[in-house]
Amino acid sequence: MAVSAETVVDLMVQGVQMALVLVLAPLLTGVVRKVKARLLRRRGPSVLQPYRDLARLLRKEVVLAENASWLFRVIPYIVFAATWVAAALVPTFARGLVFSWAADLLVIIALLGTARFFLALAGMDIGTSFGGIGASREVMIASVAEPAMILVVFTLALVAGSTQLSTVAAHMATADVGLRVSLGLALVALIMVALAENARIPVDNPATHLELTMVHEAMVLEYSGRHLAMIELAAALKLLLYASLVVGVFLPWGMASPGAGLAAHLVGGATYVVKLAVAAFALALFETSIAKMRVFRVPDFIGAALMLGLLGTLLLFVSRSL
Amino acid sequence: MSRLLALAAETPARGHRPWPRGEVDAAGWTAAGEALAAGSFELLGLWGERDAVHMALREPQADVIAVLTLACPHGEHPSIGRMHPPAIRLERAAQDLHGLRAVGLPDRRPWLDHGRWRRDSVGEAEEASSEAAAGYPFLPVEGESLHQIPVGPVHAGIIEPGHFRFTAQGETVVRLEQRLGYVHKGVEALMVGADAARMVALAGRISGDATVAHALAAARAVEAASAAEVPARGHWLRALMAEIERVANHLGDIGAICNDAAFALMQAHCSALREQALRAAHSAFGHRMMRDCVVVGGVAAEPASGGLDAVRALVALVRARFPALVELYDETASLQDRTVGTGVVGEALVRQFAAGGFVGRASGRGFDARRDSPYPPYDALGVEVPIRAEGDVDARVWIRIREVEASLALLDRLIDELPGGPSRVAVPARGGEGMALVESFRGDVLAWVRLGAGGRVERCHLRDPSWFQWPLLEAAIEGNIVADFPLCNKSFNCSYSGHDL
Repeated sequence: MAVSAETVVDLMVQGVQMALVLVLAPLLTGVVRKVKARLLRRRGPSVLQPYRDLARLLRKEVVLAENASWLFRVIPYIVFAATWVAAALVPTFARGLVFSWAADLLVIIALLGTARFFLALAGMDIGTSFGGIGASREVMIASVAEPAMILVVFTLALVAGSTQLSTVAAHMATADVGLRVSLGLALVALIMVALAENARIPVDNPATHLELTMVHEAMVLEYSGRHLAMIELAAALKLLLYASLVVGVFLPWGMASPGAGLAAHLVGGATYVVKLAVAAFALALFETSIAKMRVFRVPDFIGAALMLGLLGTLLLFVSRSL
Repeated sequence: MSRLLALAAETPARGHRPWPRGEVDAAGWTAAGEALAAGSFELLGLWGERDAVHMALREPQADVIAVLTLACPHGEHPSIGRMHPPAIRLERAAQDLHGLRAVGLPDRRPWLDHGRWRRDSVGEAEEASSEAAAGYPFLPVEGESLHQIPVGPVHAGIIEPGHFRFTAQGETVVRLEQRLGYVHKGVEALMVGADAARMVALAGRISGDATVAHALAAARAVEAASAAEVPARGHWLRALMAEIERVANHLGDIGAICNDAAFALMQAHCSALREQALRAAHSAFGHRMMRDCVVVGGVAAEPASGGLDAVRALVALVRARFPALVELYDETASLQDRTVGTGVVGEALVRQFAAGGFVGRASGRGFDARRDSPYPPYDALGVEVPIRAEGDVDARVWIRIREVEASLALLDRLIDELPGGPSRVAVPARGGEGMALVESFRGDVLAWVRLGAGGRVERCHLRDPSWFQWPLLEAAIEGNIVADFPLCNKSFNCSYSGHDL
């Protein structure tokens, strides 16, 4: 079977997307940290620090608890793989990639759910109390965050007529979408879910040293060396994924359409980076201006996202134009 | 005549200044314990030595302070802790350090002794008790679906070591039990045989953040024992240091409490202000924490030239910047949501434990050694003591805020009205007994010393305010959620080192 030149180009674009998310993810984390540090009048580490941390962790020895099972050792790779695939499916700089038939929003939710399930298992595998606390808190948050996310997807699907991200993004870029109340509600709900899913303030504090207040960090407290590197990279990828999702769906302009030339792809890449930078700044600003909420208030917070998502979906049933 | 004075006057000890000390028999000792349990006395401290046990008491109604001593030739004394729980940890410590057995003490587990050191009682060296080395049984907890969370002694952040054993039902804390003593350094044993200057230097190393207050308490105790009079300028400069220390620590605490609620913005600004306070201390007294600046007889040195101006500039800076931070704290709803109603301590408990500092004042007990047991220069200055009734984390933050403001006003007056003359006097090395009560930023520090004929220390005891605040933390967290513990803990900010000695 002859492979057409078009297929090769398509595969290359998809490959570039996979590499791009992997390369950009630590940078996004680094930029958020840098902006937060500047807002606190600190100098802060270089934006490249997350790369250095990953390199350091990869070189370091893995220390395993005596009672760690094989599950504990393979989970970092499962989590990383699932998150990477999910991040590679979200449209970033171009639409209609080779694998976009698989880039369904529900698939992405399922992939992230898989990663979380295994991470929670790892937290409990060692049998320390912190792993258990972290896992139980994470699952408590996820039990509300996932339905909220699915309702956001429903709202988008009702507007765009598909849950496929590429189609959604293409539809959102057209003029006939216009300003819709339901989309506004979905955007707010999506941002709230994104904060919860990525263990950001006000749900969790990614920078804390207080083991009793941790959610995500408590779960992965026992990991070290290359295992921790995988988990950190997966966390960075997840942040990038949600940032891409927000900017890709709600600010879809500038994306290269399928079959466009190199120039269009470059423009797509540049606008993507700018959009990410804006998202990073907004996240840092928000996190600086708010305290963390009590663990038991978190379901209320994400419950609000759930209600917003539900309201968005309902509005679309009531009137197609809302 | 007050009951306390009557007890102390039965067999008064000579040369104990400024408050009386009296020898009592077992009946008198027990009577004092009953008065404590009834709430008519407050426990200021309880410490042992080789063949005696001492107890410093205050009778709030009559406003008198006295020390009672019970000779224990057989190493036994009736327990105060069985009647008055705040004494339990003190008696357990006396048991560990001096082998004194409190008869009837409900909790006989070792406290400071972890079986890691030899008993460092005054001049004694025994093997560590096998009981302590055998492991530490935590209090049993029974109930449906309870689980335990051991935290520490090594924590994820760079803080002092202490072990916290939580029993929780889901996220709700049913019981917290502390285990301390990991930073026991044997300071009191080191002081034995030292001269007064070394004793004060050692006292300044008990708890680094309150080095001025501890050194001041020790120095005042020595001066009381030697009947020395410090010149007025010495007193004023000491107070100047103590207030800078208070401002610096409170600023650091306010920021750190907010940071534990993940509101790093407050900490960034408060830390910057605290740093300015430390720099002002450095330019005035030559040391950022002002360690070794308080010495027997006065202060180590006159403030450097321009030093007082640096303190004045500090006061102006904090005055200019602090109100905006207070407003930020007060108007950040997400932060208020964390602090208001969290970690409540009731007034009854605070009174029972005679807890001082922000812990006591946030729960309605207004004791401040600067006002209620005044020492110069505060007797001339007058001190405003803020008080609140809520007893939660928020109230403890507000007490700190008000104390910073009060200290700024004090600093102004201390500089403006600073008397001239010498700032230090030579203290003759003579024997005697002395006691002092000094207000550190945490609360009242008690120092008691007995000097031998040549001015050498025979026994010195320093009681950090944390002794009566740590147990209240156990009460404060009950019914709160596990994730709120760091916030409560930071709002107490008890000293591990000062407690473990």
